[in-house]
Amino acid sequence: MFTKSSRKPLGLLAVAAALTLVATACAESDRDSGDGDQPFVFGAAGDITSLDPFLTNDGETYRYSRQVFETLLDHESGGSEIVGGLAETWDQSEDGTVWTFNLRDNVTFHDGDEFNAEVVCANFDRWNNLTGAYQSSNLSYYWQSIFGGFAEPDEDFSTGESRYVSCDAEDELTAVIEISEYSSIFPGGFSLAAFGIMSPTTLETMEGQEVTGDEGNLSLPDFAQNAGSLAGTGPFTVEEWNQDQAEVTLNRHEDYWGEAAGFETMILRGIPDETARRQALEAGDIHGYDLVAPADVAPLEDAGFQVPTRDVFNVLYMAYQQESHDALGEMEVREALSHAVDRQRIVDTILPEGGEVATQFHPDTLDGWSEDVRTFDYDPDKARDMLADAGYEDGFDVEFCYPTEVTRPYMPAPKDIFDVITEDLQEVGVNVEATPYEWSVYSGQVDSGNCPMYLLGWTGDYNDAYNFIGTWFSTHNDAWGMDEDELFDKMTEVSTNPDEEARVAGYQELNEMVMDALPGLPISSSPPSIAFAPEVEPPNVSPLTQENFGEASWK
Amino acid sequence: MLRFIVRRLLQLIPTLGGLSILLFVWLQRLPGGPEYALLPDDATPEQREMLRRSLGLDEPLMVQYLAFLRRIAQGDLGTSLQTSRPVLDEFLLRFPATFELGLTAILIAVVIGLPLGYLAARRRGTILDFAAVGGSLLGICTPVFFLAFILKVVFAEGMGLFPSAFRLAPGITRTDITGFVVLDGVMTREWDVVWDALAHLALPGLALASIPLAVITRMTRASVLEVMQEDYVRTANAKGLNRTTVRTRHVLRNALLPVVTAVGLLTGSLFAGAVLTESVFAFPGIGSFVYIATQERDYPVLTGFILLIATMYVFINLLVDISYSLLDPRVRAQ
Amino acid sequence: MPTTPSSQSPSETEEKEPLHKRKAAKVDRLAELMGDRSDDGHGAGIWREAFGRMRRSPMAITGAIIVVVFVLVALLSPLIAPYSPTAQTWGSEVFPNRNEFVGPRAENWLGLDHLGRDLFSRMVIGARQTLMVGVVATFVGFLFGALLGGVAGACTVLGGRWGRQIDNVIMRVIDMMLALPSLLLAVTVAALVGPSLTTVMLAVGIAQIPIFARLLRGAMISQGNREYVLAAQAMGVRNHKITLTHILPNSMGPVLVQSTLTLATAIIDAAALSYLGLGNPDANFPEWGTMLSEAQRFLSSAPALAVYPALGIIITALGFTLLGESLREALDPKLRK
Repeated sequence: MFTKSSRKPLGLLAVAAALTLVATACAESDRDSGDGDQPFVFGAAGDITSLDPFLTNDGETYRYSRQVFETLLDHESGGSEIVGGLAETWDQSEDGTVWTFNLRDNVTFHDGDEFNAEVVCANFDRWNNLTGAYQSSNLSYYWQSIFGGFAEPDEDFSTGESRYVSCDAEDELTAVIEISEYSSIFPGGFSLAAFGIMSPTTLETMEGQEVTGDEGNLSLPDFAQNAGSLAGTGPFTVEEWNQDQAEVTLNRHEDYWGEAAGFETMILRGIPDETARRQALEAGDIHGYDLVAPADVAPLEDAGFQVPTRDVFNVLYMAYQQESHDALGEMEVREALSHAVDRQRIVDTILPEGGEVATQFHPDTLDGWSEDVRTFDYDPDKARDMLADAGYEDGFDVEFCYPTEVTRPYMPAPKDIFDVITEDLQEVGVNVEATPYEWSVYSGQVDSGNCPMYLLGWTGDYNDAYNFIGTWFSTHNDAWGMDEDELFDKMTEVSTNPDEEARVAGYQELNEMVMDALPGLPISSSPPSIAFAPEVEPPNVSPLTQENFGEASWK
Repeated sequence: MLRFIVRRLLQLIPTLGGLSILLFVWLQRLPGGPEYALLPDDATPEQREMLRRSLGLDEPLMVQYLAFLRRIAQGDLGTSLQTSRPVLDEFLLRFPATFELGLTAILIAVVIGLPLGYLAARRRGTILDFAAVGGSLLGICTPVFFLAFILKVVFAEGMGLFPSAFRLAPGITRTDITGFVVLDGVMTREWDVVWDALAHLALPGLALASIPLAVITRMTRASVLEVMQEDYVRTANAKGLNRTTVRTRHVLRNALLPVVTAVGLLTGSLFAGAVLTESVFAFPGIGSFVYIATQERDYPVLTGFILLIATMYVFINLLVDISYSLLDPRVRAQ
Repeated sequence: MPTTPSSQSPSETEEKEPLHKRKAAKVDRLAELMGDRSDDGHGAGIWREAFGRMRRSPMAITGAIIVVVFVLVALLSPLIAPYSPTAQTWGSEVFPNRNEFVGPRAENWLGLDHLGRDLFSRMVIGARQTLMVGVVATFVGFLFGALLGGVAGACTVLGGRWGRQIDNVIMRVIDMMLALPSLLLAVTVAALVGPSLTTVMLAVGIAQIPIFARLLRGAMISQGNREYVLAAQAMGVRNHKITLTHILPNSMGPVLVQSTLTLATAIIDAAALSYLGLGNPDANFPEWGTMLSEAQRFLSSAPALAVYPALGIIITALGFTLLGESLREALDPKLRK
């Protein structure tokens, strides 16, 4: 905890510097704050990129925006079930194209505006009618992936056709959204943080504000850069975005429709380095942080910090890109490699406690997980024999990519995991050519099929199997180089089936089909941790990493 | 004198121009390319191609270069791919932090290095001299980031004497006038802010000071040794002048000239060191920003940073030259 | 008459050897008469004197011992290392996720690293990689720097108006490179090419080019003003001959000294590149910089993992610096007394 007295015995140096700079007498500070209204400071992995969550696809921005803007649907606190958000209940039509939302009553925006069905429709209509540079895929990524495109597609940006048909305010508190075709990304799509509802006054302010700068130089509009114009309905209001300190300051929204937030002020501060975050917590500079390294969990707990662990909702895998490498195109080779990797050792020595070896591309906490998939034991001798049978007695060379300078909730210490796998593969005669990429470049290299083998993973956005296996295996793509039309057809069939029970059974079958095709080796599902100072009553931790800090308070 | 300055200024043009070409070619050819930094993990190749086009990356290189030059001339260093804000604004925003850190480092280096170097020279061959020389060699040979880590682990984590990160404690309120925290604090008499800011500057300042300190100590020592052998010092001593007068008037004054140059020339390496130091201490200055830019291939930021340093270095050199010619008539004559 | 040394082919010089030999002998004699050099032709006297002085300097001896030990370990590393530096033989005994590491014990003298590899073997093989990075980087800097600086120097000394123009152009380029701190230059190169061992060596080497170039040019210009050069010119010795056989060899002293110092810089800069994530990613070739940056995150739980490679870097860099500095001091006429 931060106490000013502990800072007084500073080195001579600070004193000397102070003396040179401060020649005059001291005046006493009048800003000692009691514990009660002390700001809660949370260390995030980076600064936010925009105040308006619609204009980004960045996880750290969503952590902030979930406290300020609310979506029609939400996930249960601490779980992955979809529950009502701004809509208390909702219905879908038989064919799944008409969605009726029964909105919450007595909700007010931060600026005093009333929340109602018209506002909801105004928000959706505005998004669908955005033009110009707003249609750039890095400014409206999630709208484009869920709703396909815009009402008036701009020629400069090759967006798809809009799946959004209309939104009608049937009465004060009933909004009906119609889409052109059903997909199992709904209703999950309505819970995405990008679609936070803003007040009518806010929409008015946004009117006419464009993305500025010429094409190579897109600058966000003023409302997304300076706090003050955006009003949502969440437990916190945005007070300030201080870009120079990489921090966002949020204040309690006193008229929140639910239980008011426990902290009067909350500050999110970007600290990219994971060691620096831990040290800042230990030094009392911050009161919590995310993406805790597995090795830090026990020492932090021993020192009295709270380190709750989230439920498992992710998968880490090693991919075999079948088109970029002859050997990987052969099933027997892929099977051999799958037997060569000691996944248990990765789980035991590198991943956080509670991690498990994954049997499929799907966490077992999600409906659709199958018990009957093909599994692969660690057996280097068998792997060697299989390689020999396939005609690779002398092994082969293969390029293997991994990301640097990054940790992901499903993948702490990528380089360590990579090193272990490399050693295992070399043990059976496969010569690995290490190819590291920075995280931002990495995904591009992987997606364009430049990496024959690589490590990647996924944390679910919402509770549907399609968010996992559908993301990867719904069509031919360069990331996998897999051609399994039967599998792809089945995926389309299952994901567009509005009947939930049939869908779950279909996903189980799909998981079995995927493991039969063996596009890669699922490595693990592991629970990421989040850390809090002892004096904090933490929020329920969410498997989707979507904590609501309105639930947290001082003890 | 004016002609001298004008000539030196004109000489800057080809240097900076060439530098801009070098930078442009280097950074344009980054593998992967900047379009990957902007899109999420699962963006489609079409989305990527579209972005490339919208960034002008499909134009001929010459066209891109001319556009690049025109923008630089207008003070437009491009937009950061990470933050979607102008690079120059990002730098200006963070400049006060880095300036305070750099100044702290230089102050530490000068306050310790000058007397140490002088004493080492006066007592050549003693333990003190040996320690000063050995210490400064050690300072040069220790990787800055490792030193920073050690300082942090020992003084912040272990002993809890100093904060481990940031520029100010979170939640501390202050009146912002100039962006320079210490200066603002003094102006508004918010002494707790001043105190807190200095505490946050101490460790990164010390880590960043290691190389300037070593350089200044060695330069001072060498320079004093040289001056002490000059004829005019011997003459002054022989004349029986007061020893203190000789030391301050003749030795120290003349010995300081090359040291001043060295301090000027250290600016560039100070910025490079800031990238390493600030990232270790999560100090929110230009250095941490560039560190992330390196990781994320934020190429407008990298270009801008290199231009910034090169320009500063060139102008500081110019200032040093001019002040030299003012102090030393021999230079002007050449 | 503007000539550059590079325009001369060896066969051309050989054909005219008799005449040149005579003239060269005259120049040598002249220089000797002026007391500038000893009689063996290439300034070995200064060097011999310098080495004599260095033998008495504790700084030089310490540096030399460190360098010799380091080079020996590096060269003999495959014989010294008891295990493979990359085999994760004891992989199931260390748990980085629980901060459980294995310290020094009978079979592993320095303990195990975070993946269960023998730390002693890694340190020893790492010495070899580190030496290689240092030497190749220095060589790159030396080669291109000496080429640029040599051409520029030769042009100024002997080239007349055209020569000065060429020199001007070259020096603008050098100034441009000098305007950037070497580390930043290295980072730019490394970010451009992508991380690999070659990148590190190239990046660090390229960053050293301007220093070598300036140094050689400066030394050549100062040699060019010596009386023996004027005298040789007066006697009709061809300019390129003077440059190649006299000015250039006599100017190499400071450049060689700089090489020693650059080795230290190269090792430190390579470590910084590794910290920035631009180091050699290939685990098959442990290098101290990479080891240090990888172990950084265990600094509070297993400091030894970071401290060993850090000490390796510091001590080695110190060795080369001590050696280089004392060599420079010994060669510096101002400090000779």
